[in-house]
Amino acid sequence: MWDYSDKVKEHFFTPKNAGAVVGANAIGEVGSISCGDALRLTLKVNPETEIIEESGFQTFGCGSAIASSSVLTEIIKGMTIDEALKVTNQDIANELDGLPPEKMHCSVMGREALQAAVANYRGVEWKDDHEEGALICKCFAIDAVMIEEMIWANKLRTVEDVTNFTKAGGGCAACHEDIEAILEKVLAEKGEKFDATASTAPVEKVEVEKVKTPLTSVQRIKKIEEVLTSLRPQLMADGGDVELVEVVGNTVYVNMTGACNGCQMAAMTIAGIQQRLMEVLGEFLRVVPASEMKKLVNIEGAGHA
Amino acid sequence: MPDIYLDNNATTKVDSAVVDVMIPFFLEQYGNPSSIHKFADGVAKALKKARGQVQELIGAEHDSEIIFTSCGTESDSTAILSAIKAQPNRKEIITTTVEHAAILNLCDNLEKEGYTIHRLPVDKCGRLNVEAYKKMLSDQVAIVSVMWANNETGTIFPVVEMAEMANAAGVMFHTDAVQAVGKIPMMLQDTKIDMLSISGHKLHAPKGIGVLYLRRGTRYRSLLRGGHQERGRRAGTENTASIVGLGKACEMAMEHMEYENVQVKAMRDKLEQGIIATVPNSFITGDLNNRLPNTTDIAFEYIEGEAILMLLNKAGIAASSGSACTSGSLEPSHVMRAMQIPYTAAHGTIRFSFSRYNTMSEVDEVLKVMPDIVAVLRKLSPYWDSVTNEPVANPEAAFTPTFK
Repeated sequence: MWDYSDKVKEHFFTPKNAGAVVGANAIGEVGSISCGDALRLTLKVNPETEIIEESGFQTFGCGSAIASSSVLTEIIKGMTIDEALKVTNQDIANELDGLPPEKMHCSVMGREALQAAVANYRGVEWKDDHEEGALICKCFAIDAVMIEEMIWANKLRTVEDVTNFTKAGGGCAACHEDIEAILEKVLAEKGEKFDATASTAPVEKVEVEKVKTPLTSVQRIKKIEEVLTSLRPQLMADGGDVELVEVVGNTVYVNMTGACNGCQMAAMTIAGIQQRLMEVLGEFLRVVPASEMKKLVNIEGAGHA
Repeated sequence: MPDIYLDNNATTKVDSAVVDVMIPFFLEQYGNPSSIHKFADGVAKALKKARGQVQELIGAEHDSEIIFTSCGTESDSTAILSAIKAQPNRKEIITTTVEHAAILNLCDNLEKEGYTIHRLPVDKCGRLNVEAYKKMLSDQVAIVSVMWANNETGTIFPVVEMAEMANAAGVMFHTDAVQAVGKIPMMLQDTKIDMLSISGHKLHAPKGIGVLYLRRGTRYRSLLRGGHQERGRRAGTENTASIVGLGKACEMAMEHMEYENVQVKAMRDKLEQGIIATVPNSFITGDLNNRLPNTTDIAFEYIEGEAILMLLNKAGIAASSGSACTSGSLEPSHVMRAMQIPYTAAHGTIRFSFSRYNTMSEVDEVLKVMPDIVAVLRKLSPYWDSVTNEPVANPEAAFTPTFK
């Protein structure tokens, strides 16, 4: 059985706002074909203030689909529809204290139902902007459709390419056989042949010029900031961000926010940032989440005392 | 009430009598059966006894036809890979759309390597079309692999008859019998079945032990090469304790064959009839007149299986589901899809599988909670009208979500 958080169980066993809202003026109906789950979200929006006064759900789906629906109706109640539209699937998952990677699509379904309901309220047609396929990489929750699209869009040829562009396969590596199969399929469609020994495609990066001369403390911190800024677009594409907090000796403390925070990927991302910083600054640097800073600084302080 | 285990097609409790016979082979007779000293003294003899106990249960002619493996999957892979290796000119395999993943995924893989795989479809009751099968047999077919009984619905396939037809056409026949062995009587020496797979943990033996039955004279190529164990047909030091345990489990299955087919069946029948009578919009899947005595698979329309299982689990009842969400693969059960069960029902299928450890009072307990569990979830379902307590009029048209 899935390892559901207590929060998921709580929302499943005692769902909030179950049933259709009477006199609803915003209705969203979406389903996930890959799972067979489907959800109807009904909202009562105050036309004066655009505040969602009541929200209700009806879900045909598994435990986490029901829990995601329930928690969504709680989150958006009292929000204006513009505020509600800013709710991401990650917010839904966070509110549930996380979902297993195979179940993240349940939170996606919740967000889409919300978008569909708002579109319905505004009298416009809602179009789904993404497709979903079989889950390939369980470490980073990357599905087959995403991998296929990236192979097409970026002319990827090897498993390493796919990992560079999507992160799929960058964890336990158990899915490399599946990624190879997708590469074989897509490359065959393009009239090419998959070659396991091919060299990897170049990754386009905003390059920060390497440091050649010794730096003052201020220059050094500025340079570190510059490197972080160059890496931010990639992080933000994943719904995350990074912020420089402090530099002590050769230790760089950063805050990982958004989707990066608490995600399994954070450790890998930090390793990537560290690598890049060392390349540019030409010195050994250690990147550490700022959450660990207090502990470390205190120990250092105690040593001097 | 203590927890109720109705997931015996997934795995079973190891019988305490089985554990008892195993223990000496961990603590005293732990020698390698190939060694010549007193720690190994009784081991070879114990293996021979176990081989005889397995032979007895499946009605094999010789005990040397029993090859111990590590699991049902290994037996399945060994059988199919042996057949294609021994007959390199035959490039086709016949199987069914409702096999276990141990066969289906292996065949998918062989298909990539250039083999032609014929997958026999089933009808809405899960039955095979034997006439269509007969036409597929040719001198191009390396092996036929058809399960004896389906793990989800319990539907029994006519493997004895199908093996006769394969034999007449000069084609090898394998059956994955992991769900059938120990639940229904069999006498392999009177059949034309060439190979058969057994999994110990489905009949109260431990996990990690299996058997490949290999009819004497069947052309064979080992999967694992190495030592001389199992007459060179499956190298690797014998899992002695588990083999002894499996032998005991087979002996006990033989003793309980009538109990399984009378008392266990009566529990199953009472449960499914009780559910159908008290829960509206529910139905039994599979071939009702031709099923394992311990299995029932019931579809609850308009709700989803994992949600049902979570509520059952809360009530202390263990079962399983053909719903997509329980598999981790996001794919609904291939068996339900093959039987063309509509998706609003396929996602709500629950399999209850019994063993001789279950009791009638457990059945009563399940019957007590089941209607409420279904009702609670239907209240949440967009396909259900809570006011009238029946499906909304024309459910598939009333709720048409944007699918992606």
